[in-house]
Amino acid sequence: MLKKEKRTGVIFFPAFDWAISPNHPEREERLLYTQDQVFEEGLLDFPNILEFKPRVARAADIARAHICVPDVASVTTESHLISAGGAIAAADKVLSGTVDNAFALVRPPGHHAMLVVHGARGFCNVNIEAIMIEYIRKHYGPKRIAVVDTDCHHGDGTQDIYWNDPDTLCISMHQDGRTLYPGTGFTDEIGGPNALGATINIPLPPRTSDEGFLMALDRVILPILDEFRPDLVINSAGQDNHYTDPITNMRISAQGYALLNERLAPHIAVLEGGYSIEAALPYVNVGIILAMAGLDYSRVREPDYDPAALRQSAEITRAVEEVSHGVMTLWRNRRSLKKNLVGQAAALKRRKSIHYDTDGISERQEETVRICDDCGGMVAVESAADTGNRILAVILPGRCCPACRSEGERLFERTGRGRYDRIYLQDRERDLYLEK
Amino acid sequence: MILGIDVGGTHTDAVLIDHTGVLKKTKVPTDDGNLLSSLLAVTSALADGDMTGRMERVVLSSTLSTNAIVQNRVDRVGMMVISGPGIAPSALNIPQDTHFLSGYVNHRGAQVLDIDPAEAAQVCHRFRAEGIGQVGIVGKFSPRNPGHELRLKAMVEPGVRHVTVGHRLSGHLNFPRRIATAYLNEAVWNRYSGFVREVLRFIRERTPGIPVYILKADGGTFDIGQSLEFPVQTILSGPAASIMGILALTNCSTDAIALDIGGTTTDISLFADGVPLFEPIGVTIEGHQTLIRGLRTASIGIGGDSAVRVRSGLLTIGPEREGPAAAFGGPLPTPTDAMVVLGLAAVGDPVRAAAALRPVSSALACPVEQAAEMIYRETCRRIAARIRDVIGEINDRPVYTIHEMLQDRRISPRHLYVVGGPAGSMAAELGRLLGCEPHIPEHAEVANAVGAALARTTVETTLLADTERGLLTVSEEGYQTRIPPRFSAADAIRIGTDRLVEKALRMGTDPADTEIEVVEVQEFNMVRGFMTTGKNIRVKLQIKPGSIAGYSVGGAPC
Repeated sequence: MLKKEKRTGVIFFPAFDWAISPNHPEREERLLYTQDQVFEEGLLDFPNILEFKPRVARAADIARAHICVPDVASVTTESHLISAGGAIAAADKVLSGTVDNAFALVRPPGHHAMLVVHGARGFCNVNIEAIMIEYIRKHYGPKRIAVVDTDCHHGDGTQDIYWNDPDTLCISMHQDGRTLYPGTGFTDEIGGPNALGATINIPLPPRTSDEGFLMALDRVILPILDEFRPDLVINSAGQDNHYTDPITNMRISAQGYALLNERLAPHIAVLEGGYSIEAALPYVNVGIILAMAGLDYSRVREPDYDPAALRQSAEITRAVEEVSHGVMTLWRNRRSLKKNLVGQAAALKRRKSIHYDTDGISERQEETVRICDDCGGMVAVESAADTGNRILAVILPGRCCPACRSEGERLFERTGRGRYDRIYLQDRERDLYLEK
Repeated sequence: MILGIDVGGTHTDAVLIDHTGVLKKTKVPTDDGNLLSSLLAVTSALADGDMTGRMERVVLSSTLSTNAIVQNRVDRVGMMVISGPGIAPSALNIPQDTHFLSGYVNHRGAQVLDIDPAEAAQVCHRFRAEGIGQVGIVGKFSPRNPGHELRLKAMVEPGVRHVTVGHRLSGHLNFPRRIATAYLNEAVWNRYSGFVREVLRFIRERTPGIPVYILKADGGTFDIGQSLEFPVQTILSGPAASIMGILALTNCSTDAIALDIGGTTTDISLFADGVPLFEPIGVTIEGHQTLIRGLRTASIGIGGDSAVRVRSGLLTIGPEREGPAAAFGGPLPTPTDAMVVLGLAAVGDPVRAAAALRPVSSALACPVEQAAEMIYRETCRRIAARIRDVIGEINDRPVYTIHEMLQDRRISPRHLYVVGGPAGSMAAELGRLLGCEPHIPEHAEVANAVGAALARTTVETTLLADTERGLLTVSEEGYQTRIPPRFSAADAIRIGTDRLVEKALRMGTDPADTEIEVVEVQEFNMVRGFMTTGKNIRVKLQIKPGSIAGYSVGGAPC
């Protein structure tokens, strides 16, 4: 099998001295066997596979992607800064041309962390992909970026951060939210009124195997990417769709993950979840690294791999076909949906209750987005958590139009502290972060 | 009294050392075809009288196995490789006569698929039929479970001269390097054994009963008899000799740079708190990436005899050497000639040196002295730039814990040690460029022999305790034993220390030199289904390279 070899960067940071708690799935041991397998296979000796050290992300890097309540230092530890710094290092190596693509094999993960952060949810404090994306835009110019989240859980945090951003396509393929945390990610979640279609959700039925996974890739993800024409494709590479994962119900194999990465050809992959640390991660990670580097992965398989036993039922195949068809219909009609959704309104509100399962915090949020045909729209978020913190955040998008800018700046300036503990302004276009 | 001999590519150096310092030293050209004649020359120069009674040990450093590999004077080796799933065999850089066998051990060391004895018997038969006498056996994850390798060894051994099993070579996990290392060990085994036999006969005739050691790539020695099992450990021991020599001659105890400026290349190495740095996994020789623990060296193709040219108005130095410096009758101008013209080196014929620089000066449209100055500065600048890159690479090496990441230990040398022909002419300028205090050690011209003479015996060991499986594995010894559920990291260190001392004494160490360092200790809770089911404990111990106790030849510590 002759393939085009690529120069692939690997940022490996297993954080062997950090855990959420001793018995938590997100613990020291998580990447231990992955390290053993990657080392034993000699992957880091291949001339086209290069290992790099992560960096430590700074508070300013976090503030580009999040409104941290009350501040960055209160909701992050060094581990989060290094994990985010690992993703940033991967981006730097790719965008500087040192490598063709890169895989940040780092922990802890981040894709459940939303725009406003009161604490940890779904094992995540801060969204390492979003922090990386905003770093890229700050240092390498405005870019159209697609995030393809292949973690088994809906990438609700990334979706939330980019809900109103027409320049960031968030595609999440995951086990149906009716059967798994966080219970969201249905096909009708397609983005805010000014960014319809820039959020895509592909919920798959439990027990979907490689066949269904790749069908959704071929029928939905790749065609949409073709049309969106991103400058960069990022894979949120969760590995908990694996058939041995203890907290999910899917049947994807290391071969399935490798095939997906070969066809998707992401510029940057970032590890997310995946808690079958012995039976899945060592093989899935070797498969992904080989596939990204354009090397032969055909012999990577788990000790107990039995494709016949994993084959999905005809019923599941039909369900995946239906979902794929439904998503593509929405995508094709995305431009005509705005009128029905918005009517004559000048702004649209959405209310959310957010549960922080890891830290046991409840948050209520109201998000108001200005209807705008020229940019993603100014967004105001009011958020109150049962920690007692109540805040207002004003978000100005990248490529912000003058009308949204003046309305947002006015809102930030004129709103008094009053009932809020803090008021934040996140100006993504000018890379400006204020609070009062 | 210790006799240290370094059989290098061009010269054979020897020193005689006692507790008061270097007593005698000599240097003769190496006769590549007859290494024994070089040995004879240096020993008769140093040990003219009878020294049987006073000699404590003889230590050798030899390029024999290095040269055998570089010059491809190697034997045919049959390889039995148990690959299992994973990397495709086509992606492995495998030697000829490699046979892939079925069998599969996973990362925990559990057997997933047994070897097939009938298949193995066929391969053994084939080796015999083809007259293959040296065999390497390597399994994936064999440091975690040596069972397959050991069983294959028992099957193949009766029909062949020598067998290497992969797990004995290193505790590091790296299957392709294990294959390369086992192959090289067998490829040089025959030639190396012959050399050792001759050396031993030669030395025993003169000083019966004296211990004889040989230097390894990691700057440590081992008993020459022990080396017969692992000749590959002696590859690239030349640079190690030089580094250990500098260490012994300077008593370095800080971060420092050591340079060996030769005719063609300059070798760069670094010390952290006076300890030489290792290659992260193993040394590379002729494109073979190995598991042989070795001192980290980097080279730049610039030395005293590098060819100096002007190409499209730009001055180039090296990487080729077309002969000696013009001052010594060579064909092209060299940095040495520039230093002669500048009065920095009083060697050779200054008239010839100046004449050789004339074409350079006219190409650069400047006087000869200015051309010499430019050559000299460019030579030093390029070497300094390479040193900075090497330090940068070392400081950027990945770490895997938050503690190390935040601690961010960086090498920042303040001392520069220079040996080699042009050392005296270049040390000051290099020190200025690098912000380091320059030093030229005494006896620098025989640094390699001093390094060999005073290097202590080094050993390392890797332990994995898996209390869920109730199993302790000492990788390099193929040793496995049952352990109780409450086994701790302290237990692993205790057992590892005992076994390491035992191994060190077997390798020929002096009991005074068995200071053990814990290189790594990691302890992981193993949790399955939200229950703690055991601990995964990983320990690495070593006796690190350094000079043997009781001898000092160096200046004041810096």
